[in-house]
Amino acid sequence: MTLLATLKQRLFRWQSDGTAPFQLTQRRIFIVPTRAGLLFALTLVAMYTGAINYSLALGHALVFFLCGLALIGMNHTFRNLFALWITPGRATPVFAGEIAYFPLTLRNERKTMRLGLTLQIDDNPAVSTQIAAEGIAQVAIPLATLRRGWLTLPRVRLSTVYPLGLLYAWSYLQPEMRCLVYPRAIHLPLPPEQSLAQAGEHDGAGGDDDFAGFRDRQPADSPRHVAWKASARDGGQRPLLIKQFAGGSARELQLDWALTADAGDNERRLAIMTGWVLAAESAAAGYALRLPGSDIPSGRGAAHRTRCLEALALFKP
Amino acid sequence: MSTRSVSLDYRCLPWLFATALATTAPHVLHQPIWLTLVAGAIFAYAVWLWTRNQRLPGRWPMIALALLACAGVALEFRALLGRDAGVSLLVLFMLLKLLELRSQRDAMVLITLGYFLLLTHYFYSQSIATGLWLLATMVLVTATLIRLNGGPASRPLATLRYAGVLTLQALPLMLILYLLFPRISGPLWGLPQDAHKARSGLSEQMSPGSIASLALSSEIAFRVRFKTEIPPRNKLYWRGPVMDYFDGRTWRPGVSATRAPEIQALSPAISYESTIEANQQRWLLALDAPSPELKEFAIKSTLTVTAPQSINQRTRFSLLAVSDYRFNVDEATAVLQQNLALPEQLNPRSRELARSWRKASADPLLTVNKALNFFSEEAFIYTLEPPLLGENAIDDFLFQTRRGFCEHYAAAFVVLMRAAGIPARVVAGYQGGERNPIDGFLIVRQSDAHAWAEVWLAGRGWIRVDPTAAVSPNRVEGGIVSALPLGEPLPPLLTVRSEWIRGLRYRWEAINNAWNQQVLGYNPERQREFLQRLGLAAPDWQSLTAILAAVIATLMLAISAWTLYQRPRTDPLQRLWQQALRRLARRQIHCAPWETPLALQRRITASDPQLAILFAAVVESYLANRYSARPGDLRQLREAIAKLP
Repeated sequence: MTLLATLKQRLFRWQSDGTAPFQLTQRRIFIVPTRAGLLFALTLVAMYTGAINYSLALGHALVFFLCGLALIGMNHTFRNLFALWITPGRATPVFAGEIAYFPLTLRNERKTMRLGLTLQIDDNPAVSTQIAAEGIAQVAIPLATLRRGWLTLPRVRLSTVYPLGLLYAWSYLQPEMRCLVYPRAIHLPLPPEQSLAQAGEHDGAGGDDDFAGFRDRQPADSPRHVAWKASARDGGQRPLLIKQFAGGSARELQLDWALTADAGDNERRLAIMTGWVLAAESAAAGYALRLPGSDIPSGRGAAHRTRCLEALALFKP
Repeated sequence: MSTRSVSLDYRCLPWLFATALATTAPHVLHQPIWLTLVAGAIFAYAVWLWTRNQRLPGRWPMIALALLACAGVALEFRALLGRDAGVSLLVLFMLLKLLELRSQRDAMVLITLGYFLLLTHYFYSQSIATGLWLLATMVLVTATLIRLNGGPASRPLATLRYAGVLTLQALPLMLILYLLFPRISGPLWGLPQDAHKARSGLSEQMSPGSIASLALSSEIAFRVRFKTEIPPRNKLYWRGPVMDYFDGRTWRPGVSATRAPEIQALSPAISYESTIEANQQRWLLALDAPSPELKEFAIKSTLTVTAPQSINQRTRFSLLAVSDYRFNVDEATAVLQQNLALPEQLNPRSRELARSWRKASADPLLTVNKALNFFSEEAFIYTLEPPLLGENAIDDFLFQTRRGFCEHYAAAFVVLMRAAGIPARVVAGYQGGERNPIDGFLIVRQSDAHAWAEVWLAGRGWIRVDPTAAVSPNRVEGGIVSALPLGEPLPPLLTVRSEWIRGLRYRWEAINNAWNQQVLGYNPERQREFLQRLGLAAPDWQSLTAILAAVIATLMLAISAWTLYQRPRTDPLQRLWQQALRRLARRQIHCAPWETPLALQRRITASDPQLAILFAAVVESYLANRYSARPGDLRQLREAIAKLP
């Protein structure tokens, strides 16, 4: 670590804030004048010189008042951040190249509003927010994604110039948050469907053809598959039921790592497979995913898709 | 850092318009009319562009407009750097900035300019009313600043209230800085020509009508506070310039002798403090005669006390006077000769009259009395509106018109004396004054301006003779209002005879005087006095700065504590629960933020079953109080907590 980085670390106390809600204390709020503040200070010097030169008693009073205002402003700018509660949320996965949003909940326990708050990660677009008196505000901090895998939330700068714009107060937030980034999808035609014989061990699990009984509905199941009549028995007290079918294995899609062998490097192969998963899902076909080291049996629905995409995102060749 | 290229929220614009208007509008009172019209047009154009949502003018039109503004101001004032020219330029730039409001930074520049413009109003007035108006404007400008940084969620009323709160909190800081910040007396460098506008007051020459024009003004010339009793009115002669050169019409100071005047005090010195309004002159209008003990100021050979520089602002002087005195019993011959000179050929009748008096008696004192009797016995009238006089002005006045104001009488008297061979000269100044019963100050107005005469008698020196008193004794005893007949065009404020209105005026003037003396008059000397009263004898600026820093820091801490202090939540149930958790913490059992009471209880059951039994009672009571439809009393919970180890 360079000297400057060490110094910064000491000064700004970069350390994880964990996953629990935390409150901003005075030790982590910093304050400096803004450019406008420097201009204001220069103006005050000019005004003071004028007041002396023309012996303006009220001119002195005005300059001293503005000095007082700036001092008070420092207090109020600081106060705009002080004792703010921050609760980390859960980031929704995105595809590489998209913008990941890290949700934070800001809670204001004070009886006055907090206006003009800005959250920003390095040079990414900033988000502005305000919190009502004794209220909460939800913000999602944008961060551009480049690579698949876990994206850890870097240091977030929470800053404000409210109320006077003459001083800039900021605090670094580092809640332990991460966002899963799926590989970037490359859309190529789906591979041909493979027969059951070729697939071997995938024997009749979760097809669409022959009725094989009921099971409890999972959130990932499509409402089209709900057995409404069966669910309505017993006065609707039991969870919704899903009709289960057997067979259809002949139309099952095998998304196999081996199929992309001649596509290029690993990342490109993963991207192609991601595109396949998305296409297979919207083609309403069951599909299985095979990667070296992980093997996801055939299925469909949002949960299955998520499982496949997660495997692709976290794949380590 | 934050204002960089952030585009401006256009809903802020009404605030910025209001700021521009409020900070420039009072200048309408003293700037040229064309400037007001141009400024108004720019303002209207900016508002029109905003309401129509039109594009702002581009860069080149703006540069052209700015150059035009400079050219206009340069043509009007023949300068760009003078005080008035500078103010006019600032006003125009402020309004032109309204046509350039694109980014947040532009708005910040406009507001900073607005704060600066507030200062320029004090060039023209520092009265209480100006102070209050500018305080209100300051709140508005600050509110604009808050609105600008608060974003669209801020509401107008809340913004104004916040600006008010900030102002109230800044005021104590201002007070401390005002009292303790090391003061520097100005000016730091030469001021522009127009820094101090000529104001009405006595001038250094006297011709018929010059003092009568002052009598029309009820403006205050100076205020005096006597340490002791105020001397009787007929002794209140405030000496200004002494004029001994006469060209037949105008009196001017002659070549002044360099030697110091010789004053013999025949009575104890009277100490007083005089606060003189700016008059651009150097004389201090000291009470006749200045005590020989007065060493701080130069006393001319004609007994006029002068300040080192001309009085460009209201200034306070401590002076000493003696009411009985002898002045220059031995006068230089050259001076006496000069005070006998008269223009040849002019005013033959007056000279003839004076010579006849002198022939009748050798005693100059008798001649003086003859002249005074002449004024009081003949039909002379004291009036503000004398008729015009011809070339032989004194002859015309003495033998034909016989209507005049004090300068006529003084001039005629001096001419008569000189013609009779008695050295005499004219003294201009003020006579009398009005005591304000509210604060005890003696107020001397421009309308108290007066001219009288001085003659030199061997063995007596210069003595004061007031021929006006011979014509109208009331002028000296009761002031100008009682001396002039009804119907004279005096200022209405002076002639009001209603006690009630007069009392109101006294009160108002006393308030203004207090403001002038205590607030505006707080200068480096006053600061030294104040600090001495605080027990800080002669503090240097380092220690003063240290004290200032300490006081400011204390005040800031107090304000911080007050604004940051958060009242604890008043939920008693929550407090009891926290108390229970603190007891657990003593035994190294910490409740995680996400842990519910029941989850915590389960965890304790696993680790410490004995404690869990006691804690279960707490949890049960807490949950019952928190969630049951009819919360019970808290006694049970308190007891359960008390049982915890």
